[in-house]
Amino acid sequence: MTLNIYTVIGLAVILVIVLMALLADFIAPYSPVEASGMELESPNPLHIMGTDNLGRDVFSRVVYGARTVVVVVLIAVILSGVIGTVLGLVSGYISGILDKILSFVMDSIYAFPSLILAIALSVALGPNIFNAAVAIAITYIPTYFRMVRGQVLSIKNESFVEMARALGLPITRIMARYILPQLTQTLVVVFSMNSADAVLTEAALSFFGLTVQPPTPDWGFDLYKGRGFILSGAWWMLIFPGGMITLLALGFALLSEGVSQSYVVKEGE
Amino acid sequence: MSEVLLVEDLYVKYYTRRGIISAVSGVTFDVIKGEMLAVVGESGSGKSTLGYAIMRLLPRSGAVERGRIVLDGEDILRLSEEELRRIRGGKVSMVFQDPFTTLDPLRRVLDQFREFLAEHGIDAERGRIIAEEMLEAVGVPKNLANAYPHQLSGGQKQRVAIAMAIALNPLLVIADEPTTALDVVIQRQVMDLLDDVKKRGTSIMFITHDIALAIERADRVMIMYGGEVMELAEKSMLAKRALHPYTVGLLSSMPRIGSEKLPSSIPGYPPDLRSPPKGCIFHPRCPYATERCRTVKPILSEVEKNHFVKCHLVKAL
Ligand SMILES: Nc1ncnc2c1ncn2[C@@H]1O[C@H](COP(=O)(O)OP(=O)(O)OP(=O)(O)O)[C@@H](O)[C@H]1O
Ligand SMILES: [Mg+2]
Repeated sequence: MTLNIYTVIGLAVILVIVLMALLADFIAPYSPVEASGMELESPNPLHIMGTDNLGRDVFSRVVYGARTVVVVVLIAVILSGVIGTVLGLVSGYISGILDKILSFVMDSIYAFPSLILAIALSVALGPNIFNAAVAIAITYIPTYFRMVRGQVLSIKNESFVEMARALGLPITRIMARYILPQLTQTLVVVFSMNSADAVLTEAALSFFGLTVQPPTPDWGFDLYKGRGFILSGAWWMLIFPGGMITLLALGFALLSEGVSQSYVVKEGE
Repeated sequence: MSEVLLVEDLYVKYYTRRGIISAVSGVTFDVIKGEMLAVVGESGSGKSTLGYAIMRLLPRSGAVERGRIVLDGEDILRLSEEELRRIRGGKVSMVFQDPFTTLDPLRRVLDQFREFLAEHGIDAERGRIIAEEMLEAVGVPKNLANAYPHQLSGGQKQRVAIAMAIALNPLLVIADEPTTALDVVIQRQVMDLLDDVKKRGTSIMFITHDIALAIERADRVMIMYGGEVMELAEKSMLAKRALHPYTVGLLSSMPRIGSEKLPSSIPGYPPDLRSPPKGCIFHPRCPYATERCRTVKPILSEVEKNHFVKCHLVKAL
């Protein structure tokens, strides 16, 4: 895999935001949940992104808010990636009745608009950060499942898989060592594409108060709240959380674009 | 002489959307220790199916309906998947037709080799030694052990496949058209290599559609048609005195150096295995077919010592 400009920029953006989440205690100048200034101060040297309607520092809330989104997105994407991949491997390799049932379930999930499904699941499971991650994860499982299953169906008929079986290698090992490595390229691309989407879905769930509860900082929720003060001219309450959501989603989108491009180049070599 | 493999009255069917295919029907034969048995037949005669059945590697659509497959005294058809893994690669292994795709393109040759040995309980250090020895023994240059499969030629890949197939001193290697995808010179080298394997005491079931190559290389030759054994004999006997009309047809369809006559092929088409012809399966193409051939199925019988033929007319001789 060669690094190209998209990959580098994408990774850089993601890295900065992840670091922000990890090092929030050192970066944020104020507490994100307590007032540190007057209400609705516009950006100024003490509060570079201004303050919100309760006098809290918007910059500190943006920094701490990274934690919520990073945690939700990571859990969601890893959970869906692992479950979708394992089910896809099993379903594609073993086929038969299990494959039919799984494929039907996956197609049903896939048929729903993912945002609406995530909201519905999140409401059903109860509004907290982990449930939000699970709800998002469920909507992405079919993506991995379909992709992995399709690849397994073609790879399992390759002679090297047949040869591995003829040499007495167990099926689990064949899947892990022979089939999975063939899928890494595609998995990385889908993984970052889903992450980009998960950032936006997380924001939407927060918008409806389905992730963290106030006063915990969260970009989506702050964006929602900021909407109410746009007429008071407090654009900073809206622009900064909203900008961060866009930036992180863009980072993942760039990464997935970059990775898929460099693989295309590699194959053409 | 002891037998390594005994196949008895074997039936294999494929269940497909277009119908049930009788790919192997009532096949009985054995493989003796240290011999090369050639299995010869046209495309679709069930040669590969027979090989896969012995390995217990039939695709999902295929099933053994009847019969026994006894390898080294053990009934293969009764073994669990777990036990089969020990047998495959250990007591019996298979070399496939297309060497270009039989190795995992993403991993080094030596790594794949060692992984296979490790799976059979051989520790890492000994695995490396065995793998390197075997690769050397089959004539793969030392520097290629750490190469990726795409850096090897077709012949070299087939050598690697053979090295893996024989590394654990199996009793039997099933070689399914191992040279078909290779050019003539390489083909000869690979066949020589199989000869060497045989000298180590490993029996070989050599699947081919080339009867000339079979007679040149094998000890015994088994002729298959439509999933059935038509004739089975020592190669010299078969070359001198083939008795089944189908074998005779095959022999006369092979080009001979110095012969004025053009090779003649057998008229007609292989049978539709979804509804095989009644009586002798070969009768629609047989120039000597009688009424009896059309209605009564002949059985494989020993017409002279170690010479088996499935034909009403030969028995009548
Ligand atoms: N996976 C499968 N599903 C359905 N039918 C099959 C399958 N594999 C083989 N067959 C059928 O079984 C019969 C025997 O096929 P097989 O591959 O054993 O023949 P073969 O002698 O090895 O031929 P070839 O020389 O072309 O390799 C054929 O009629 C074939 O169409
Ligand atoms: Mg075949």
